[in-house]
Amino acid sequence: MNTKKLILAGGLIAVGMSACTTVKEYQKNRINDSEMELAGRKSEKFETNFYLYREGAAGANGGKSGGGCGCN
Amino acid sequence: MKKLTVTVGLLVGLLAGRGYAQTQQATTSYEPKKLKIEEINFVSSYYNQDGNRSAVTGGIGTEKLMDVANSLDIRLSFTDRHKRLHTFNADGTIDYYTSASSDNIEPRTISSASRSDTHIYSTLAWSMKDEVTRSTVGISGYYSTEYDYKSRGITLSYAQASADNNREVSLKAGAFFDTWSVILPAELRPVTYGSGAEHDFAPIAYKPRNSYNAALSVSQVINKRLQMLFTVEPSYQEGLLSTPYHRVYFTDGSERVEKLPGNRMKLPIGMRASYFLGDKTIIRFFYRFYADNWGMTAHTASLELPIKITSFVSISPFYRFNTQTAVRYFAPYAKNKATSAYYSSDYDISGFDSHFVGSGVRLAPPGGVLGIRQWNAVELRYGHYYRTTTMVSNIVSMLIKVK
Repeated sequence: MNTKKLILAGGLIAVGMSACTTVKEYQKNRINDSEMELAGRKSEKFETNFYLYREGAAGANGGKSGGGCGCN
Repeated sequence: MKKLTVTVGLLVGLLAGRGYAQTQQATTSYEPKKLKIEEINFVSSYYNQDGNRSAVTGGIGTEKLMDVANSLDIRLSFTDRHKRLHTFNADGTIDYYTSASSDNIEPRTISSASRSDTHIYSTLAWSMKDEVTRSTVGISGYYSTEYDYKSRGITLSYAQASADNNREVSLKAGAFFDTWSVILPAELRPVTYGSGAEHDFAPIAYKPRNSYNAALSVSQVINKRLQMLFTVEPSYQEGLLSTPYHRVYFTDGSERVEKLPGNRMKLPIGMRASYFLGDKTIIRFFYRFYADNWGMTAHTASLELPIKITSFVSISPFYRFNTQTAVRYFAPYAKNKATSAYYSSDYDISGFDSHFVGSGVRLAPPGGVLGIRQWNAVELRYGHYYRTTTMVSNIVSMLIKVK
């Protein structure tokens, strides 16, 4: 990834963050919905495992990023 | 319509009020609470795959595989007299698989020990959340065993939430210490080298593979409907990173076992977003950029749309796309040069696109599934995976949640 792309990504994140509004706890009924969780579902556990074995890329998805050979 | 609007308004008001009341209770009630079971999750899955590019036979031959996995995790918690919430998580998984390609490590036998195996792994984790400082510290231990591979790992974590609880920054660092039993393909074993089979007492070699990773994540509530998470998770691996029973056939007709460099540096950068669209639909999005020092770059994106049919039934169609370039040591069957320092015909690290499509159904009735109050939810998922290397697979998973 070149520097321009990194700067662009960083700029987008900064713009995104600046657009944030303060959300009070009592306003979080949608944010706290179980389907809104910023993580893979528990039922995706074994899907995440097979991606790890069948694809070269790994990590940054909340899944396992080390341990086990995945060689079968 | 007016009635409906009033009812929805009252419900939203009630829910909002309830959330507020719960928050007030959580931040003002500091009495120590005894250890209790928070949640039990049972996940079961069936996976099968087929293809014709097995690395065990040098990039040709069957990739047929079947895997049945069951996992149970239990979460317990208590609040101590210093108002800190302690959470314990115990997770155990048993994975049974049969692999036609692994069977070809020893092709002279009708069915060798390598045809099937059981993979057992477990994680024990503890974390402590301090409501006053809004920080969470944690530690977890991991152990995994299968016939030719053992792994032990430890992970430390720290998270800090903002005063308004709309942002959290977390740091995680982990180390995994693995040991391979070096099982070689039958025709490539030195005369005195063992097969690795249970009844064979001739010695074999054992080699380490260690992995170290660190993750920095920032999650942010953007507004009442949108939240995002950014993660950078560099990792470093060293030791035996090739698979000792993967064959490689060269342009000159010779054959050896796969050989890959003894270290690998990986850099994945991920982003997740969850957006509540209207009152019934949620958009879950994930994107990851990945690069490593073996020459692979990859882009992964997935989109899931949970739709609430009723307040306790939802369906979640999803699609995931991955594209990756090959590592510089990869070449197909009989295309590697015998003069190369490193070589592989493993299609898992070749260049390809993959597509994964399917759907999930989730039931979480207020009175419990089938009227059993503690049975909080049940989820069923099916997905079909297609890789442009011609490999296809299917997976069915079921989650039972008890609270």
